[in-house]
Amino acid sequence: MSSETKQILTTDGIPLEVSLKKAEKKNKIKAFLLVAPLLLFLIITYVFPIGEMFSRSIDDKMITNMLPKTFKEMEKWDGQELPPEEVFTAFYYDFKVLVEKQEHGKLGQRLNKEKNGFNSITKKLFRQVKRKKIDESISIKEQIMKVHKRWRTVEYWQAIKRTAPPYTMSKYLKGMDMYYAADGSIAQVDEDRRIHRILWLRTLEIAFFVTLFCFLMGYPIAHLLATLPMKYSNLLMICVLLPFWTSLLVRTASWMILLQQQGVVNDFFVMIGLVADDNRPEMMYNKVGTYVAMTQILLPFMVLPLYSVMKTISPSLMRAGKSLGGTPFVAFWKVYFPLTIPGIGAGCLLVFILAIGYYITPALVGGASGTLISNQIAFHMKQTLDWSFASAMGLMLLSGVLVIYWIYNKLVGVDNIKLG
Amino acid sequence: MSKNPEFVKFDKVDKSYDGKVLVVKDLQLDIAEGEFITMLGPSGSGKTTCLMMLAGFETPTHGEILLDGNIISNIPPHKRGIGMVFQNYALFPHMTVYENLAFPLRVRKVEKDEIDKKVDKALSMVSLNGFETRMPAQLSGGQQQRVAVARALVFDPAVVLMDEPLGALDKNLRESMQYEIKHIHESIGVTVVYVTHDQSEALTMSNRIAVFNDGKVQQLSNPAELYEKPVNSFVAEFIGENNTFNGEVVDIAKDKCKVKLANSEILANPISVKSKGEKTTVSLRPERALINPTDNMDNMFTGKIEEVIYHGDHTRVRLNLLGSSEFILKVPNSSSNLELKVSQDINIGWNSVDARALDPK
Repeated sequence: MSSETKQILTTDGIPLEVSLKKAEKKNKIKAFLLVAPLLLFLIITYVFPIGEMFSRSIDDKMITNMLPKTFKEMEKWDGQELPPEEVFTAFYYDFKVLVEKQEHGKLGQRLNKEKNGFNSITKKLFRQVKRKKIDESISIKEQIMKVHKRWRTVEYWQAIKRTAPPYTMSKYLKGMDMYYAADGSIAQVDEDRRIHRILWLRTLEIAFFVTLFCFLMGYPIAHLLATLPMKYSNLLMICVLLPFWTSLLVRTASWMILLQQQGVVNDFFVMIGLVADDNRPEMMYNKVGTYVAMTQILLPFMVLPLYSVMKTISPSLMRAGKSLGGTPFVAFWKVYFPLTIPGIGAGCLLVFILAIGYYITPALVGGASGTLISNQIAFHMKQTLDWSFASAMGLMLLSGVLVIYWIYNKLVGVDNIKLG
Repeated sequence: MSKNPEFVKFDKVDKSYDGKVLVVKDLQLDIAEGEFITMLGPSGSGKTTCLMMLAGFETPTHGEILLDGNIISNIPPHKRGIGMVFQNYALFPHMTVYENLAFPLRVRKVEKDEIDKKVDKALSMVSLNGFETRMPAQLSGGQQQRVAVARALVFDPAVVLMDEPLGALDKNLRESMQYEIKHIHESIGVTVVYVTHDQSEALTMSNRIAVFNDGKVQQLSNPAELYEKPVNSFVAEFIGENNTFNGEVVDIAKDKCKVKLANSEILANPISVKSKGEKTTVSLRPERALINPTDNMDNMFTGKIEEVIYHGDHTRVRLNLLGSSEFILKVPNSSSNLELKVSQDINIGWNSVDARALDPK
């Protein structure tokens, strides 16, 4: 064979490669245009909001913009003793601007979050500035220090210095019940105030058990679906899918009717004499309610991937297992079960990820001991209006999901997942 | 060791799935030890059901199945010790070839060394040594088939069932696999029950063939007899090619009868006709009718060629003969053969022995 590589030409004399690229380009553009609307939609509704959330969660620019001169002067201050005259002067002029813009209140609130007691001393300083009591021709440091004894305390000036960077991880630390201590190190909050960690653990626990219950209940159903003759399996499929087609709120509300203390389930237990009428168990506004309702709601997400995998397993494999001498259990465990692992993986991942961010159901039937981290996020979105904290927790949840996905990929391999 | 002629016995077995239709009717079938028996029939004839009952995946509605003298109807499949090769091989896709073959041994708690030895032996039987670590998906159809055969044999079962095992292979591979399975059977002497709807496969491989139709065994005999001497028109029609004449018996002697067709009469061999006036279908194999016969044959007619189809080793000639234009002749391709042309008139002759007067269609 000759080693000479001759350029192949089309009949028009254009090199084949060029011609091919030209022909493919059109197809590529066409393909791109087809997915472009979706891509745009995803960018607008997914990538952009997540970026926005992230920037909001670490954003601390407000105070940086309020005290530009102060922070500039503070760069030279070592932070050990009271800052020099220049820092006080710069702070005074920054503060004067804020007073003119009537934004001194915001500064007080923000600094108060960093260290308690800032609110009142800013108000005091505001009154002095407003009445023009501060003489700009003599030492401003002395005058400010006279306003309140806290202005003479180095810790308060250190707190101001800590707010200098435009970005902060403090919201993330707060999400894990930690904070920046006065010296800038990371410290744990008091034991009796660690609510977030409990919520994270509870979220993981509930998501884990809901996944487990879904698996235990969904596997036999999916198997039945895959093996029953068509006319019965269709009916069963509709029963499985019916919850899908009912509003989530309606389903949760019906669980409330069933599970409450004077509800249908309790009435039934009393009727058959299982429990005494005056000793009805609480099945709602606690974890039990969350487990029951979430398992029922998330069950289809387990059944459908399992079903689609089981449908492809030929019944002759089980027969082969048996005819080769395996007991029905051995045939199931060694032959059938390993083949359903892709479906199990997909179902578990789907249910777990959905459960970890579940909101409405725990909010309605969970009570105090059955609420999850998402309820806490909503609380900060709607009640405290601390959006940056809500964003931080939302992102922590998202990265948690990504970590689970990564671990899962290491253990099972994402290629092995089959969603249908 | 004397061979048990009733190693597997179906004793008056009935099977119905819905309580209305009998899929298998009053089946009486004995299979000798070491025999290669084929259940042949069109789809829906009950042959696979019989196999499934023997394997234990279906229970007979009535009657008993015996294996080596013991009733096995109530024994679950995994305790029967019957090997089975499935239609789509049913190799376990998540196990290697070695693991597939070791499966029946492992569940029987065979020692590891022993497993290795047996797997090796089984693989060499199907000439697949060196494929132990492959996954089934990495094998070709024919190789998968061989693994399936090896797996069904590796634990030395008394009986091996094969359910249309070659159905998914292409023609050439199918033929070579037929010989291979036949040779394996001959070398190890296991009893094989084979199900197929392919008659040439059945003729090639079997000691005996049971032709199934409508839930019943129509004929049970060796391949030659089945082809040469079909006992009814279904078997004649199903096995090989066949020219038929419908008519009425007008005269009958011991080994000859005269059958009146629409506008002529032929001599035939009375098989299932007993008396005058009976309706009958006369069956004649295409290769038994000769062109310009030199011998004296007792049926001699002239027909007109309607169609000539060249098939390489032989030529098929469709004739208009005795009022039917569907009469087929197979002419061997030899240099002495005549130039056959459409619309030519030729003389055709056959012996009455070969024209079997069977039950009317």
